[in-house]
Amino acid sequence: MDYFAQQLINGLVLGSIYGLIAIGYTMVYGIVGMINFAHGDIFMIGGFIALITFLILVSLGLTAIPVILLVVLLVSMAITALYGWTIERIAYRPLRHSFRLAPMLSAIGMSFVLTNYSQVAQGARVKPIPPFIPGGHTLHESPDGFVIQLSNIQIMVVLTTIVLLGIFTWLVSRTRLGRDMRACEQDQTMAALLGVDVDRTISMTFVIGAALAAVAGLMYLLYYGLVDFFMGFVAGIKAFTAAVLGGIGSLPGAMLGGLAIGLIETFWSAYFSVEYKDVAAFSILIVVLIFMPTGLLGRPEVEKV
Amino acid sequence: MSGETILSVDRLTMRFGGIVAVQDLSFAAERKKITALIGPNGAGKTTVFNCITGFYKPSGGAIRLTHDDGRQIALERLNDFRIAKQAKVARTFQNIRLFPGMTALENLMVAQHNTLMRASGFTFLGLIGVPTYRDAEKQAIALATDWLKRINLLDRADDAAGNLAYGDQRRLEIARAMCTEPALLCLDEPAAGLNARESAALSELLQSIRNELGTSILLIEHDMSVVMEISDHIVVMDHGVKIAQGTPQEVRDDPKVIAAYLGTDEDEAAAVMESGS
Amino acid sequence: MTSSSHETTTASRTTGIPALLKTAFINALIALVLFSLMIGIRTEAGSDGQLTYWTRFGDLASIVAAVFGGSIVIDLLRQWIGPTGAEKLVPASVQSGMSFIGRYLAPALLIFALLVPVIFYNQRYILDLAILVLTYVMLGWGLNVVVGLAGLLDLGYVAFYAVGAYSYALLATNFGWSFWVCLPLAGILAAFWGVLLGFPVLRLRGDYLAIVTLAFGEIIRLVIINWQDLTGGPNGVSGIPRPSFFGIPLDNSDDGLAAKLGIEYSPTHRIVFLFYLILALALLTNWVTIRLRRLPIGRAWEALREDEVACRALGINTTTTKLTAFATGAMFGGFAGAFFATRQGFISPESFTFQESALVLAIVVLGGMGSQLGVALAALTMIGGFELFRSLETYRMLVFGMAMVLIMIWRPRGIIGHRAPTVFLTKAQAISSDLVKEGHG
Repeated sequence: MDYFAQQLINGLVLGSIYGLIAIGYTMVYGIVGMINFAHGDIFMIGGFIALITFLILVSLGLTAIPVILLVVLLVSMAITALYGWTIERIAYRPLRHSFRLAPMLSAIGMSFVLTNYSQVAQGARVKPIPPFIPGGHTLHESPDGFVIQLSNIQIMVVLTTIVLLGIFTWLVSRTRLGRDMRACEQDQTMAALLGVDVDRTISMTFVIGAALAAVAGLMYLLYYGLVDFFMGFVAGIKAFTAAVLGGIGSLPGAMLGGLAIGLIETFWSAYFSVEYKDVAAFSILIVVLIFMPTGLLGRPEVEKV
Repeated sequence: MSGETILSVDRLTMRFGGIVAVQDLSFAAERKKITALIGPNGAGKTTVFNCITGFYKPSGGAIRLTHDDGRQIALERLNDFRIAKQAKVARTFQNIRLFPGMTALENLMVAQHNTLMRASGFTFLGLIGVPTYRDAEKQAIALATDWLKRINLLDRADDAAGNLAYGDQRRLEIARAMCTEPALLCLDEPAAGLNARESAALSELLQSIRNELGTSILLIEHDMSVVMEISDHIVVMDHGVKIAQGTPQEVRDDPKVIAAYLGTDEDEAAAVMESGS
Repeated sequence: MTSSSHETTTASRTTGIPALLKTAFINALIALVLFSLMIGIRTEAGSDGQLTYWTRFGDLASIVAAVFGGSIVIDLLRQWIGPTGAEKLVPASVQSGMSFIGRYLAPALLIFALLVPVIFYNQRYILDLAILVLTYVMLGWGLNVVVGLAGLLDLGYVAFYAVGAYSYALLATNFGWSFWVCLPLAGILAAFWGVLLGFPVLRLRGDYLAIVTLAFGEIIRLVIINWQDLTGGPNGVSGIPRPSFFGIPLDNSDDGLAAKLGIEYSPTHRIVFLFYLILALALLTNWVTIRLRRLPIGRAWEALREDEVACRALGINTTTTKLTAFATGAMFGGFAGAFFATRQGFISPESFTFQESALVLAIVVLGGMGSQLGVALAALTMIGGFELFRSLETYRMLVFGMAMVLIMIWRPRGIIGHRAPTVFLTKAQAISSDLVKEGHG
């Protein structure tokens, strides 16, 4: 029972990270109807930027952890958002009116560029950092010695996710930008005719998605203590699975899907086999798309003939 | 065998979530006749079509197709392609659905897919080059050529379908449907976007299909000149229900029909008609 | 009035130097921010696990300068070429000359391919490269059936390649069956998996279909890596027997082919044999595809790509049509995989990554989907290009990725910009790619 509870905690934390990445997928799919294959690699870039910023700040002599974290968070969000913006401008915007396959292949190409770029720029080896936020709380100690731990990092990840979700939901439902986004999702041409700057709205969608992915990258770095140039590929597919599971186009769905995938992956590793955990995640994608293509919170579509 | 029913729609109902698009609709289409389904926009006509041709699964009711030999097929239970293949029901679409990257001739060849597949031994015999397939292909090209002549597009046979003029595309779509040699041809707004001359040519084409080939036709149409000229029987829908049916003359004088199109109510329309005539 | 309007037209045509410099400066600034940390700082895990870093500001400065310069160059080019694109650059005589060459290009390439081992007999490197190119040509032609003809976006094609390779490898090393027996089996097994993949994705369209096929490919690769008992896991399968010349071994022994023919043995014999083997397999793929295009099934594939709904309305069973497309494409992938295993003598899961699927897909799209000649040319260009970059091993994927992006922006329809009809009454007219649908799956 205690083992189960621990896995539950671990799963929710992992799920929060996936959820943050999934939001980027679902937003972009909702507004331009394409799967941003490079989004997982944006998450990876975010992790790298966070890592490098950490290093610099520490070597400059800063020791106040909250200050360091805040600076790293802002810097990595800003720079990664710029990556997202640039990629949209270069690789996707020229293809917006081209045929369906073009942006997808462009995105795949961009994904290769990012992966290889970080491999070339920072070397192929895994980059570890020492545990930055030590300590935690023992929730419960069972008679046979198993301890349920809730580490401070875990608390931080979940809190950050909740705060960001709150800000983000406010952004989408209350601000002008959010309204513009929802308008573009429904009917781009009409939105343009009504004065919405479609280009800028789409750019901002990519920017926000990238910023959230950067946060996920930072969380991943703190939680697992390392980054490597290939982490974007698998995490990207899992996060996309989460977005589909939750219902593509639905933001709470993306988060819900993320938590679900995190839990499934954690429980599968804990109770069945660690080697096949990625297979489990990919299989879920296939199963969901076959039996429940609109996901948990999505709207069913009737084919128009 | 005139006066016999080829298609009987019995209490057809179609629901989308909470919306009832078609409610308890019953009508019959006669063999070797042209039946028109008319009504204002949003009446549910295309929904009925999609139910008949298998693109939607009806929420309730029955659709029965009776073949020449008396065999009856329940269309509400068949999947879409089977309706075309086994029940021999062909259709065209409101927004033309040709194969734009293929030539006119190729479009008509695709329509004869099932015949040719059988002749090619499900590809294997064809791969080897057995003569039976080559003969079948020649016959298929002959049928296609025949239809191209009928619709006056023989000189455009090798042009891409996407390059044809709008009116030509409409006729090609009909020819393609006819190349499946159907018993019932369902046309969804075949005259949409056609000018007067093209509409007249279309009327001629449909009448010749009925008279010379004996194919039964069911069509949705807004162009009243076409409807009144060629229909043997008209069914009028509004808001998902049938409000009138009969010969063109009967329907034209029915106050319910006029009221539906004008958006007024029946008594007002009747009053206006009485005072006017 | 006339003079001021004349001024504005000249000004808009040349987009004054200040504006050009301003754009370049902004681009360079963006590049500076983007690359500041990733290129300016280089981290590395030290031997004790500690992370250290050093600065590379010189590299950063040169890259930012390159962006600045490149931005100016691209803007100037764009103005010079004008909004109509590069077509204006090529004079009409050259264009018609190129279409003349186009008609004879295919047979010329075929003759050249047949003579390659003769011309380059002593250049082992070129023979190996030619075998590699032909392998990808075959993979491209196989995937072309699925993506180019039927319009089904398959991002997991490498799975069938792997199934073919591992089938042959395991059957040959465990049961000792010959290549010629295993080859059709590899194709059948791969086709079986093709159908298995096809079933779940029948109702999926576009991007969803693509990502599910990607997931499938990854699942196959992960299963291969982890099912060590069966596949040897990350260590792969080694000691795969080389093919024989229909039973006669191609080696130094007394019953070897060299001895039988009374000529001096040379290891080049095997390479030449392998070359003609893959050439034969590729040509078989090509021939079958061309014939299938003219048969109802091939036409149904292309019709499926153009408009699936219309197909269903014509009585075509789209389920079996899609499954046969997957199965046929998979079968050719399986044949190629078996060839790959016998050529290498050793296979491991590392050869069957998503990058391979993406590479084959890029070849098909670059070639101009559905065009056999285009796919062959694209394979030649890309694999040849890859080889040229072999010295810059680490940068290869970077260049490949950028090439994919650039090709999509510049010429998304591929090299061959038209489709040839499969039946005609009077004249076969090429149909422009603009009309041909790319398919949604």
